[in-house]
Amino acid sequence: MSPTMFERYLRAFGETITMVGVSVTIAIASGLTLALLLVATAPGGLYPRPRLNKGLSVVVNVFRAIPFIILLVALLPFTRMIVGTTLGTWAAVVPLSIHLIAFYTRVAQVSLNEVDHGLIEAARAMGFRRRHIVRHVILPEALPGIVGGMTVCVIAMINASAMAGAVGAGGLGDLAIRYGYERYETRVLFEIIVILIVLVTSVQFGGEWLSRRVDHRR
Amino acid sequence: MPNPIRRTVNALLRKTAAAPAGTTAPTRPCAMDAPAEIHIRFDGVGKIYPGGVQALQEQSFAIRRGSVFGIIGRSGAGKSTLLRAINMLERPTAGRVLIDDVDVGALDEDALVGLRRRIGMIFQHFNLLSAKTVRENVGLPLRVAGIGAVETRRRVEELLDLVGLADKADVHPSKLSGGQKQRVGIARALVHRPEILLCDEATSALDPETTHAILGLLRDIKAKLGLTIVLITHDMAVIRALCDEVMVLDRGRRVEHGPVWSVFGTPKGDATQALLRPLRRGLPEDIAARLLPEPPGQGGGHAVLSLRFTGESHPEGVSLASLLALAPDARLLHGGIDRIQGHAQGDLLIAVPVAAMRSAAGARFTPDSWKVLGYVADNV
Repeated sequence: MSPTMFERYLRAFGETITMVGVSVTIAIASGLTLALLLVATAPGGLYPRPRLNKGLSVVVNVFRAIPFIILLVALLPFTRMIVGTTLGTWAAVVPLSIHLIAFYTRVAQVSLNEVDHGLIEAARAMGFRRRHIVRHVILPEALPGIVGGMTVCVIAMINASAMAGAVGAGGLGDLAIRYGYERYETRVLFEIIVILIVLVTSVQFGGEWLSRRVDHRR
Repeated sequence: MPNPIRRTVNALLRKTAAAPAGTTAPTRPCAMDAPAEIHIRFDGVGKIYPGGVQALQEQSFAIRRGSVFGIIGRSGAGKSTLLRAINMLERPTAGRVLIDDVDVGALDEDALVGLRRRIGMIFQHFNLLSAKTVRENVGLPLRVAGIGAVETRRRVEELLDLVGLADKADVHPSKLSGGQKQRVGIARALVHRPEILLCDEATSALDPETTHAILGLLRDIKAKLGLTIVLITHDMAVIRALCDEVMVLDRGRRVEHGPVWSVFGTPKGDATQALLRPLRRGLPEDIAARLLPEPPGQGGGHAVLSLRFTGESHPEGVSLASLLALAPDARLLHGGIDRIQGHAQGDLLIAVPVAAMRSAAGARFTPDSWKVLGYVADNV
């Protein structure tokens, strides 16, 4: 492999990691907040606000419904507003994050809803305030699911980042398309597939390990 | 009792103002001996679910300070609604609950949080936090109440000693058996030094042996800390082991209410009878199969009599002499006498030769009721 080709791989890898890392961080922070808000404001929740809850849920569904590649294009004006350009790695971070926020909100919401209602009742009986229940009961008890959801999220993000090549974001997916597909360099295509497999597998195993670490339910 | 536990108990005793002196003896005071001061009063408490289903008809009654009050009924009887009205986990749709003459339904959130810290609660499924260790589980109620780490640690250790789990402080609940989990639940419920302990089917998920141990622990705690305990259960054996007073609920209605010995001795409603059935000794099948409606003739055979002692007229016990006066060779076949709150009660099945039966009517017969179930031809 020529040094220039090796450099291209390294750069593409770096771009993928940047896109995934930044979007995942934004998405998990915002998604978890939104999920908490959805669970807390639900009817029968800790701070029931049925109308806010419904509105929030509809917004999340709208973003869940739009396929990523379309969202990418539809959000171009918004992206320009935020990062000042519609090209490059940072331009891809905006739609990636928004796509993933909606996705992770639903994933985290499931974990938060799965917390045994008896635990919340016991906490109330012991004189916990509502914020104590969120902090000491709901979040820690849902943590294994939240961490498991993060794994799914990171992998979904690696997938979606391949499409971000369409806005000139670079990354491994973009490299595979340009060299492997458009220039018929099948070898590049396969090498990138192998890199992606290794990447996804490590994320999966790492995530499972972390999930087991924080799970004391069995 | 091992020394460390005794020391802990004594330490707790000194600190709990509510504990009356001289209650360290293992004997359980009867309802009659308990101070008559009212601790919790239900004033027309009822619940109708949205949609009009009446979960609980309006109930008015009082629970004395330092007594153990049992609410029993099948599932859906409304016991959980009644119990949860005490700490307002579930708000009744009618009536008021007064604790020390304070209407708990009228409290704002801050006052309710304060009140709940004076009421411990334990649950059928323990409801321990899986992500926290035993120590953290017991200590958390203090931490969220703003008590410092040092004081929390000290009190958690005291309580883990009390429930006999000092060596499990740093394990997670998933590593514990059901009985151990409930001990953690009890320690957690007591960490605020409450005046009231609510038990929500606390032994229903445990095997008989563990149930026995947990009931023993609750009895000890009650004697040592002078708590008022309100418990709900569907198991009459729990009521017998622990309670001073019992209320029987059936489909939201109060069927019966009174001292445990009296409800056990003279159960009234069908629901009470059904709940008591597992504890009753019925007619053994082999005898039932051979029972004849009439004496077998020629003055032979035996009459099978069922005697019932309610504990009302002869609380001190069943006189053997009176049984023998009935017939010198009367024989005990089956049954037993239990002593509940100082009242001897139970059912006895006896066989009396038919010839001797003729004089039975005139004998100094002591059961509160008796009847001839039938006759058997020869020896029973």
